[in-house]
Amino acid sequence: MDTQNCFHCGLDIVKTEEIIFDEKEFCCNGCKTVYEIFSLNDMTCYYDFEKSPGATPLDINGKFDFLDNESIVSKLLEFQEDTTAIVSLNIPHIHCSSCIWILENLQRLQKGISTSQVNFPEKKVRISYNPEIVSLKTIVYLLSSIGYEPYISLENYETGKNNVDRSLTYKLGIAFFCFGNIMLLSFPEYFEVKEFWLDQYRGFFRWLIFALSLPSFFYSASGYYVSAYKSIKSKMLNIDIPIALGIVIFFIRSTFDIVMDYGSGFFDSLTGLIFFMLLGKMFQIKTYSFLSFERDFKSYFPIAITRINLDTSEESVPVYDVQKGDRLLIRNQELIPVDGILISEKAEIDYSFVTGEAIPITKKSGDKVFAGGKQIGKVIEMDVLHSVSQSYLTQLWSNDVFQKNVEQKYKSITDKISHYFTPILLLIAFSGFGYWIFIDANIAFNVFTAVLIVACPCALALTAPFTFGNILRILGKRKFYLKNALVIEQLAKVDTIVFDKTGTITTNKKSNISYAGKVLSEENVLMVKNVLRASNHPLSRMLYDFLPEMKRLKLDDLEEITGKGIRAIIGDKSIKIGSAEFCSLSISVSSPTTPGSIGEGNTAVHININEDYYGKYVFNNQYREGLEELFKNLSENYQIKVLSGDNEGERTHLSTILPKGTELIFNQKPEQKLEFIKKLQEQGKNVMMVGDGLNDAGALAQSNVGISISENVNVFSPACDAILDASEFQKLNSFLKLSKNAITTIKMSFALSLLYNLVGLSFAITGNLLPLVAAIIMPLSTITIVSFVTLMSNYYANNK
Amino acid sequence: MSVIYLLISISILVAIGFFIAFIRAVKTGQYDDDYTPSVRMLFDDEIIQSKVEKSKVENSTTL
Repeated sequence: MDTQNCFHCGLDIVKTEEIIFDEKEFCCNGCKTVYEIFSLNDMTCYYDFEKSPGATPLDINGKFDFLDNESIVSKLLEFQEDTTAIVSLNIPHIHCSSCIWILENLQRLQKGISTSQVNFPEKKVRISYNPEIVSLKTIVYLLSSIGYEPYISLENYETGKNNVDRSLTYKLGIAFFCFGNIMLLSFPEYFEVKEFWLDQYRGFFRWLIFALSLPSFFYSASGYYVSAYKSIKSKMLNIDIPIALGIVIFFIRSTFDIVMDYGSGFFDSLTGLIFFMLLGKMFQIKTYSFLSFERDFKSYFPIAITRINLDTSEESVPVYDVQKGDRLLIRNQELIPVDGILISEKAEIDYSFVTGEAIPITKKSGDKVFAGGKQIGKVIEMDVLHSVSQSYLTQLWSNDVFQKNVEQKYKSITDKISHYFTPILLLIAFSGFGYWIFIDANIAFNVFTAVLIVACPCALALTAPFTFGNILRILGKRKFYLKNALVIEQLAKVDTIVFDKTGTITTNKKSNISYAGKVLSEENVLMVKNVLRASNHPLSRMLYDFLPEMKRLKLDDLEEITGKGIRAIIGDKSIKIGSAEFCSLSISVSSPTTPGSIGEGNTAVHININEDYYGKYVFNNQYREGLEELFKNLSENYQIKVLSGDNEGERTHLSTILPKGTELIFNQKPEQKLEFIKKLQEQGKNVMMVGDGLNDAGALAQSNVGISISENVNVFSPACDAILDASEFQKLNSFLKLSKNAITTIKMSFALSLLYNLVGLSFAITGNLLPLVAAIIMPLSTITIVSFVTLMSNYYANNK
Repeated sequence: MSVIYLLISISILVAIGFFIAFIRAVKTGQYDDDYTPSVRMLFDDEIIQSKVEKSKVENSTTL
């Protein structure tokens, strides 16, 4: 029992840093403070619902200062009046019932909040508060202080009220209402015996049924008419044409029947059909509301930035108001929203959003800095060169590929089948009509309508929605989130897979660090570790985490020189950690200014103790677990290519890991990646692109299927068709297999539903279709198809 | 036997009543989030329990 878990956040507690408060163990002061806040307000049952539900609050000093600006706040609010304001905040940490409980009891922590309501699937909390008592900034600070930091980006700006589309729910409700009541009222007709009372009220029942079918026919089914009309107009035969045709014929024939008193009509089957098809539609719409697949730069960019006015006063302004020539102040960890020129002496800029490269780049005064970079370290000042809309990164989005509409680009499998189905159906209907017309015109009319009714491809139309809906759910559970059902079809067709290197097949989280040079004694390592503790440079943090846990030393003096390294004095020893030049390594001066010099394509941190050069820690790219096996399996069925924005440093290493024949292409700019995919597509390939950063955004959009790998699915991913949690990367092959099996399932169930159609047609063409037969065949086929596809897709999912 | 007109009309009216209730529920957004309420309804007991705790704390300390 060396390590214990923090009572608040559940992380392992480092023995030396353990804090015991109220007989509970905490890993850090932050967690303890949150517990204190909760226990002071008697809200400790936060910890009863879920074990260690919390998150460590991060330092947010100054991060939300823009909330002082009234005009920005008003853009974020959903509703605003003198004493009431409502705001919806996106909180990525929401993950369990404890989160819901604490966030819905905010009014006990802060006066002025009247109610708060959590929407769990969207990871949002809606807070109504009194702006006269409490400001939005205070609320945001409160949320951050208890570990629920809201994520506010440019995307939230100008959101206003977004209208939720609930029409499908309405349609489904109405269809069900009509269906249920008509079924009840139809019962007497099913068991029709020549009984006096039933005969007496037949007309009443029939006209009531007719009236009940109207809302279903005119409103619930309206989507199919519109879609059928559109597809005729664009001269593409989709599945909605026979459906709409079937429904209309159904209705006309049934109305005709009861007007002429021929029979009771098929209103029960008609409304049932509409209900089941809408149900299928509903089932297919599986949305991951908390994920956004349409992300562009707006979700990354801050909503406001600090501008330095001519009189040197600082002011928070919305980024859209930033103009050329303005001077901006960028704090530690803030994103640079526009292109500009650096005024401050030096800056460390982390372009990992843009390039996927985690190691920051050093810029000197006068250098150009591009939008999308994140400042690390000290506060910097910069002059604006372009406004937001004209910056390099935002320009990338004006490329045509971002306007693509998948639904129009690809034909779905159902539409392909209906391409043959519709003409054949019409042929059968007309030949049946042609045969009977010479015998009996009345029967001929009946046969014609019966064929169209029975063949109405409801089972066919239900197959794909239920299969894909189920697969979407299964994949979602395995942390592979697809944008919509069409992506499954595209996945099954893929024959070429292109991977991005940095951040996709390598991981930013762990770095593989090795030491080269003179042997460091334990005492020296101890010193290095303690000096690194004080530094916030990403390389320092990585190296700090890499070195074994040790006791603390008191530092006598410490100086961090931006762009060079750290100088510290411990006792009688002086130590330097940083770039080669800084650590007075005169033998091979590779790259003089970068913090970790680039040598042999790798980043390194050098160590100098008492003016004596010891050696260097080299940061190698760490490839994701299971990469080798994944590529081996994939290469059996797919062509694999690796694109990288990096230099060729890793080529030899990569080619030993990856299977032979894998094409490696280096030094690719974002536009070149896009072009590369385009060229492959022109050769007739179906390309799947797997990438991560914004630099892959173009390629992801151009490819047939763009998959974005994300370490944290809640926050960062460029626009794509699917988001894959990085921890599930090695399962990519099994996901692809599953999508192929989904298509097989659909084909099998198509065969099944065609069989049903044949049986129904044989009734119809001989003129024997009774309402009762129709009422049995319709639901029966629907139920068998739905259960068949659900069972099959689950079977494949468990089998992999 | 014309009572059947009455009975059927009543049954339809009841059904329409429920139907209107459904439309209202959708309109007010009750179907937008179908997960959170299922968790929320389990909370009531805990809040009462913590209120008891609160009174205890208030007794023991002078808050």
